[in-house]
Amino acid sequence: MATEFIARGQDLELKGIRKEFPGFVAVDNLDLKIPAGEFFALLGPSGCGKTTTLRMIAGLESPSKGEILLGGKDIAGMKPHERPVNTVFQNYALFPHMSVLENVAFGIRQRKLTEPLAKAEKALAMVELEHLAQRRPQQLSGGQQQRVALARALVNRPSLLLLDEPLGALDLKLRRQMQIELKAIQMEVGLTFLHVTHDQEEAMDMADTVAVMNQGHIEQLGAPEVLYDRPKTAFVAKFLGQSNMFIGKVTETNSETTSIEYKGKKITGLTKRSEKVTGVIAIGVRPEKTNFHETEPVSDPGLNILGPGEITDIRFTGVSNQYQIDIPGIGVMTVFAQNVGRSPVVELGAQVYVSWKIEHSFGLSDLPSGVEEDN
Amino acid sequence: MTRFSLGKYLLPTYVFLTFLFLMVPIGYTFVFSFNDSIKSNIIWRGFTLDNWLNVCDQADVCGAFGNSLLVAVTATTVSTVLGTMIAIALVRYRFKFRSATNLLLFLPLATPEVVMGAGLAAQFLDFGWTKGLTTVIIAHVMFTLSFVVVTVKARVATLDPALEEAGRDLYASPMQVFWKITFPLLLPGILSAAMLAFALSFDDFIITQFNSGSVDTFPKFVYTAAARGIPPEANVVGSFVFIVAIAIVIAVQVRSAMKKRKLLSK
Repeated sequence: MATEFIARGQDLELKGIRKEFPGFVAVDNLDLKIPAGEFFALLGPSGCGKTTTLRMIAGLESPSKGEILLGGKDIAGMKPHERPVNTVFQNYALFPHMSVLENVAFGIRQRKLTEPLAKAEKALAMVELEHLAQRRPQQLSGGQQQRVALARALVNRPSLLLLDEPLGALDLKLRRQMQIELKAIQMEVGLTFLHVTHDQEEAMDMADTVAVMNQGHIEQLGAPEVLYDRPKTAFVAKFLGQSNMFIGKVTETNSETTSIEYKGKKITGLTKRSEKVTGVIAIGVRPEKTNFHETEPVSDPGLNILGPGEITDIRFTGVSNQYQIDIPGIGVMTVFAQNVGRSPVVELGAQVYVSWKIEHSFGLSDLPSGVEEDN
Repeated sequence: MTRFSLGKYLLPTYVFLTFLFLMVPIGYTFVFSFNDSIKSNIIWRGFTLDNWLNVCDQADVCGAFGNSLLVAVTATTVSTVLGTMIAIALVRYRFKFRSATNLLLFLPLATPEVVMGAGLAAQFLDFGWTKGLTTVIIAHVMFTLSFVVVTVKARVATLDPALEEAGRDLYASPMQVFWKITFPLLLPGILSAAMLAFALSFDDFIITQFNSGSVDTFPKFVYTAAARGIPPEANVVGSFVFIVAIAIVIAVQVRSAMKKRKLLSK
């Protein structure tokens, strides 16, 4: 095999990728560009087509239509063993009949490169497992196996590293630790990482760019902060964290602000933060952007004010409390408040008003399904 | 007052009697392989090693044993290779007539041997083939194949397809993936399938009787000889096969125990 591998990551571009399985379409007309050296996450619920996309890039599935370009070259027709792409599999898929060292050396041996064992040892040292080189994979803990799988892929210096829910099988504490290590390794080796996950915290934590996938297509793509701050669809708003959602007819709109009427109340957002400004639209706000007041706040065009309502539930989550406020005629709202002074800030059953700045509202391009005219 | 426990006395006695019942014929065969017999090997006439040392002096015993060995080795090899491939195909791939193939493979397990033997004999007659070693081998491949497929299939089913995918991902061609990953992981299953096929083929009498013509295999020889009185050399061959089989089992057990200890000590 004379395929040359370069040490640096390469751009990955998917053009019009479609994958049909008998009876359903797993991936539909997907376009995606991942710049070299980026940590990119494909985020979505199970069955959204993210794993199928990853498998097509690895060559384990072939697309029904479309191009897969790696460094400008179409690899869609290449066999998996001919692609300069390596994968960290979901359950690690370490070879049980080989030692840890032989597992890591496998790719180097296959490509007939020099010093397979020395290179494998170096890769194991990178994940701090050189002392376990002679063990069998089944003698290692989950976290250790995960690192071996990572070393086995990275030792080949692929142009693109694919990670298929690599942390899914680990417990929470270990997962956090591995997230930090994975990110550090990616920065160190400068490879392009494509990470597939259903864990939104994991994706937001590690990735430079996150693409939220749903039903075979990408809903929204962007930096984690942007996705969280300005979700464009109801799916993204719900999948990335919590939000309070209001659906109503647009009553007024100008270049600055857009307002809807929701159960007799006016709710306003910035026009530039609205995907849609005509007809019935959904306006949302994140619970931590909202405040509550024990007395009615002074009316202000820069504020949305609702209330009063009764605190029906208080949930302690550590640094903050999560409050449920039932506002008659409006519905239940969720508010997060930091436990800076005292905790809880107000008692259960207290009557409060809820407010938020209009620049914290976001207007969606579609309506949340299932929750019509209700929060 | 101590309660009388059925399990404490009855169970060991029962187990002991069962083993005794199972072992007596084998012990008898073994003991009488040392009998200094004249015509028939029924009455104990004294100890001798002659039967063991000159086992091939008795006409036909060694010839029949050789035939059985040849048939068993050939049939085992062919059915193990074919059966392994069929097992992988049945578990890993979805194709037309897959469930029909599955069902068809179970038929030889369920068909009475007499029926299968007679059916095959009729078929060979139809084709105008002379009965002999070839027809016996074909018949043995046919009925051992199902056992191989069933045994190997169980092993393939436990093999995570992601392992093969990982191999492909790590620059191994489909052929290399098979020999470096699939085959070593299936090997225990393939070996036990081969041993089963060998044992079934080696001592098969019914199907062989129908399809061997004038060729003598060991079970056939013993059957024919029984009418006149089985020569002690037959006991020698029987005991020999038994000892080899036991030795293999012990060796495998010791090896896996050592492997386990080695893994634990690390």
